Amino acid sequence: MSTPPNNPPNPSQTPSVPTPVASMPTPVASMPGTAAPQSGLNSISLPPRSAQTENWLKRRRFATDMTVTGLSILSTAVVLLPLVAILGYLLFKGASSLNWAFFTRVPAPVGQSGGGMANAILGSGVILGLASLIGIPLGIGAGVFLAEYGRGGVFGNIVRFTADVLNGVPSIVMGIAAYALIVAHQHHFSAFAGGVALAIMMVPTITRTTEEMLATVPSSLREAAFGLGVPKWRTILSVSLRTASPGIITGCMLAFARVAGETAPLLFTALGNQFWSAKLNQPIAALPLQIFVYAESPYDEWHRLAWAGALVLIVLIMVSVTLVRIFANRGVLKGGQ
Amino acid sequence: MPEFGSIPVPATQTGTPQPKTGGTLEPATVPAAVAAPPSEVRKYLREQSSGAAIDSTFAGLMVVCALSVIFIVLLIVFVLVANSKLSIHAFGWKFFGSSNWDPVNGSFGALPFIYGTVVSSMLALVIAVPLSIAVAIFVLDICPLPLRGPIAFLTELLAAIPSVVYGLWAVFVLVPIVRDQLGPWLVKTLGWTGFFAEPNFGVGILTASLILAVMIFPVICSISRDVMRAVPSSQREAALALGATRWEMIRMSVLRNARIGIVGAVILGLGRALGETMAVTMVIGNHPDITKNLLNPAHTLASVIANEFSEATGDLYLSALIEIGLALFLVTIVVNAIARLLVWAVTRNSARATA
Repeated sequence: MSTPPNNPPNPSQTPSVPTPVASMPTPVASMPGTAAPQSGLNSISLPPRSAQTENWLKRRRFATDMTVTGLSILSTAVVLLPLVAILGYLLFKGASSLNWAFFTRVPAPVGQSGGGMANAILGSGVILGLASLIGIPLGIGAGVFLAEYGRGGVFGNIVRFTADVLNGVPSIVMGIAAYALIVAHQHHFSAFAGGVALAIMMVPTITRTTEEMLATVPSSLREAAFGLGVPKWRTILSVSLRTASPGIITGCMLAFARVAGETAPLLFTALGNQFWSAKLNQPIAALPLQIFVYAESPYDEWHRLAWAGALVLIVLIMVSVTLVRIFANRGVLKGGQ
Repeated sequence: MPEFGSIPVPATQTGTPQPKTGGTLEPATVPAAVAAPPSEVRKYLREQSSGAAIDSTFAGLMVVCALSVIFIVLLIVFVLVANSKLSIHAFGWKFFGSSNWDPVNGSFGALPFIYGTVVSSMLALVIAVPLSIAVAIFVLDICPLPLRGPIAFLTELLAAIPSVVYGLWAVFVLVPIVRDQLGPWLVKTLGWTGFFAEPNFGVGILTASLILAVMIFPVICSISRDVMRAVPSSQREAALALGATRWEMIRMSVLRNARIGIVGAVILGLGRALGETMAVTMVIGNHPDITKNLLNPAHTLASVIANEFSEATGDLYLSALIEIGLALFLVTIVVNAIARLLVWAVTRNSARATA
């Protein structure tokens, strides 16, 4: 017998419980429809057992049930603890070190106090904008193909599987690939390379969500459009995509939130920058990169800025995740299921 | 695909074959077609409205998007292989068996990083798996309904926190705890096993595993919850109707039926742990050592790339780092493919059962 991953604390009870249960189906099935009495469990013919054993077994079963319930409540509490700790600490440290200069100034040189991360906020915006510009159309296009053209086909399955594989590729590997593809040929680090690396990371998430969302659009809607003589491309754009748009927007924002905090792909592509720069062709600062550099540094002033940056980053991501939930709850598809 | 664009008009009014009209119908053209044989103008209009050209262009565009996904993966593989050729030729398979990492003398071996990656990921799984399955069970079958949404939302939030923020928190909160409280306690009580010994700097495999466990928890928890939800409720009801307690019901009908999918979820978590970079780099101590002391600083495949890539001098050094990246890429692909197949096997069966 294969045992489930989390065994009961007392393994000796494992063989005893399935035996009565396994022998029960026959009598129960023989009287369908009749109101089975509550005490039916005891009246079923089983190998004779004293009332004491019966009672003891029952008590142990319920004790196990209570124990497991307690354990799962406990583990939920244990898991929620670090989340609350992280969020609380972040809010405390971040809010106390956040000030107006953070949003308006560039980093101060070592040894001077003050300074902010305005250039990193701008840089993150530039990189994420570029990534969205490349990643979102590509991802939605591939998703449309999977849902509307490649359903059930071999090619469709290959694309679907590749997208899943791409989803699991470590972000640092994406950074190396973008480095070898773009930076090594340009001979200098650039915001463009960072944007491409993030765009590639966005594609699989968007593709799979788009496909799943389009699959929930009732086919009667498409057939109605075809029946009116609307060509397929127009049906996809105005009927399928429009109906599924809340879900697709959700997917895009999830992908955005995921790459917004990525640091590893930017380490050798965007590199970081201490000064104002929005040029695609030059190294550019990014919020996660700046947090990483400042957290590793030995200066208290920079640690303070790292916390503030982390708070700003989290707020950015939380806002998009919350928007996602609002969209998902209001979605047309929610009611359709 | 193009047959949807052209719908034949019912040929009841006339005996002549009706022109096929598609696209947005133009009422003005229909009577003209009935009256006269197709003219040049008519042909032009028909082509315009049938949209066959646009239709195939659009389909082609979508195919290009889909192809690009495959193209990207192939390109990544190609680029990694091409750039690590130098190191592959120089060291061959010995690269993965040698524990000598000496950039100054141009001698490279990846064993310490493989060791660090495997040990930290496994330890993270040991911590995270029981907790995530317990929480999945709690949220699905035990939790009172009003609490279910908020808890699911909180676990989703855990997934949304970026890796670098986990790292920041670990550096300033977790490292002092391990250094001053957890570490000394482990050395005192479990020091005899040899896994915990001084010196204890707070940074090391244990700290990295702890933060990894927090990070992979949402992945395992949400996927195993999905898999458990896919178990038909008739299974649960059957167990309950036979007088099973709640735990017996969960064990016999939910966990038994979902076990392959749960294994898939765990492997997906492993894939995430193997490739995790930033948080691990910040707390693992970055020292290529192979010891069984879990409090010792170490290195993982991802952290060595993050640390040394931008300062790597010399083509061989760079190529050795890219080969490490290639190894990481291939391992995570295999791990993820296995996991996806397992999860897919379960959810597909359940979809067929309910259909």
